[in-house]
Amino acid sequence: MDILQILISDSFWAAALRIATPLIFGVLGALICERSGVLNLGIEGIFAAGAMAGWMAVWLGAGLWGGLLVAAMVGGFFGLIHAILTVPLGLSQHVSGLGVTMLATSVSYFTYRTALPQVSSPPKIEPFQPLDIPVLSELPFIGPVLFQQTAMTWLALFMVALVWWVLNRTPLGLAIRAVGDNPDAVDAQGLSVYGLRIGAIVAGSALMALGGAFLTMSAFDSFFFGMVNGRGWICIALVIFASWRPGKALLGALLFGAFDAFQVRLQTEVGAFVPSQVFLMAPYVLSIFALVIVARRAEYPGALLKPWFKGQR
Amino acid sequence: MIRIEPREAPSRWWTIGVPMASALLALLLAAIPLMAAGANVFEAYAHMAKGIFGSTFAFTEMLTRATPLIFTGLAATLAFRAKLWNIGAEGQLYLGAMAAVTVGTGLIDAPSLILIPIILLAGAAAGAAGMAGPAYLKTRFGADEVVTTLLLNFIILIFLQMMLEGPLKDPMGMGWPQSEPIVDNGILPQLMPRMRLHAGLIIALVAAAIAHVMLSNSVWGFKLRAVGENAAAALHAGIGVKRTMMSAAIVSGAVAGIAGVSEVAGLRGYLTTDLSPGFGYTGIVVAMLAGLSPIGVVISAVFIASVFVGADTMSRAMGVSSYLADLVVALSLICVLIGGFIARYRITRTNKGDA
Repeated sequence: MDILQILISDSFWAAALRIATPLIFGVLGALICERSGVLNLGIEGIFAAGAMAGWMAVWLGAGLWGGLLVAAMVGGFFGLIHAILTVPLGLSQHVSGLGVTMLATSVSYFTYRTALPQVSSPPKIEPFQPLDIPVLSELPFIGPVLFQQTAMTWLALFMVALVWWVLNRTPLGLAIRAVGDNPDAVDAQGLSVYGLRIGAIVAGSALMALGGAFLTMSAFDSFFFGMVNGRGWICIALVIFASWRPGKALLGALLFGAFDAFQVRLQTEVGAFVPSQVFLMAPYVLSIFALVIVARRAEYPGALLKPWFKGQR
Repeated sequence: MIRIEPREAPSRWWTIGVPMASALLALLLAAIPLMAAGANVFEAYAHMAKGIFGSTFAFTEMLTRATPLIFTGLAATLAFRAKLWNIGAEGQLYLGAMAAVTVGTGLIDAPSLILIPIILLAGAAAGAAGMAGPAYLKTRFGADEVVTTLLLNFIILIFLQMMLEGPLKDPMGMGWPQSEPIVDNGILPQLMPRMRLHAGLIIALVAAAIAHVMLSNSVWGFKLRAVGENAAAALHAGIGVKRTMMSAAIVSGAVAGIAGVSEVAGLRGYLTTDLSPGFGYTGIVVAMLAGLSPIGVVISAVFIASVFVGADTMSRAMGVSSYLADLVVALSLICVLIGGFIARYRITRTNKGDA
């Protein structure tokens, strides 16, 4: 199989979209937080919390959609902690975010271990199944790529449209963008800077948690320690690459997914000559590379990382 | 109307009291997950204390665990003081350890007095190179160092696996991905007979003392703090901001690299992929608990090490997951953040309309 054949195969593009799905949730979540002016490095831990909470809820008997709701709520909870620390208290967004990542990760691991003290193989749930829409999924190429994905991939694509619409076409979105650019102006309009930022962080964190939940409820069917494996950090890089736009975020996540799917296939071709680790490294190297390329002309939201206190100009 | 305003100058009591209160509070908060796990809370704390103070061996084990945390805590302190967010100490630690096993497993044949400094230097150089890269990308291209150092941690760990399955693999290792052992002359000496405590602790204490003097009493330290507090003003005052950042990156990376040398040449003897259970990340908590003071780093490293060693003992005795330790570490970071806020600001009530 040569490279061209890989690129035109439907299984390759189906895999690319599948790999991109958790990143789409994560990038959108990080994007909402940053558009409101707050960097959320809690993402890596919130992914883990979403993965654990969603899985655990289903394992305890909730439905799959109920599990997603639990994951989103847990993500929102950890987002709220980050929001309180960084918005009204105005503490370092870097350190607070890392603290939330450590907290969310350790709470998830501790909870999992406490609920399941001694298991040799991790218990499984019945995850989201490919939709297999009649007729449409029979279509050549488009069928397998788009219509044999799970409902979560469709949810992710829907979220791209929703986030784009809210940010660009509603007064709420205008307020969120303004609060990340010029909080004084928002305050002068009589809107609550704190309220908008806290709301954006909680909503963004809930989305991040859905990205985590995809891992345990769609991509796999059980929870592992360390399964997030830097996906959250990759999302932080992708937000900059996407210049804080939902459409470009989707593109970035898809490019990333395509690259990752490609390297896996390339690995089976040339694996005999090149150590497998070279391919494992590739996604992270690619993220750094993408970051370096766009960094110079990245237009950060004007008030990103800058704490704002009411009554202090 | 509630107003938040800065205190004139946080007193010495606040700067020392807040971290201690935060650490204690985090330990007390651990009672919640302990109860959730159905454990007897008092018994759990007793086991933790026994795991730290119960015997000479327990106490030296705690100090052995504190050693790498002093290094990584210093690495974070030195970088954070310049507002350079080095989150990559974990990777730099492994780079240092790889350099140590590259030169220390038979490549160079020399007496201890020569070989040990060579190994330390090699590790420091590797760690420094690991941070110089992101710092260069930041100063040259404006690439955010938080993201690059975080991603580099993953790259370096995969690179380590590749090395341990390739060039650095021990042919006598029965197929396990581990390095050859460090030669006898390269091993850091033991501090007490039959204990695992090693000279890495002495090096760490010396490093903390040097870092303290450099930060407080040298021109370099002054520049570093000036860049960290207000880069624009520092630039205006004629301080080479990029140069200073680069030097902070190199020193920070070097210290993190030595952490890896200390673990390999002082404790394990050979390198595996599980050399560090997140010492690099925990170092950030150590540094923040210490209020970014090098002397404080020693104290907070001892506290965090106590949490880990105590929780291990408690976990073995009572069957409660030892992830409790990570939970306490994360909680103490969040507590000290809030405590720092309380120390720096006060909340006052003003009449409505004043604000």
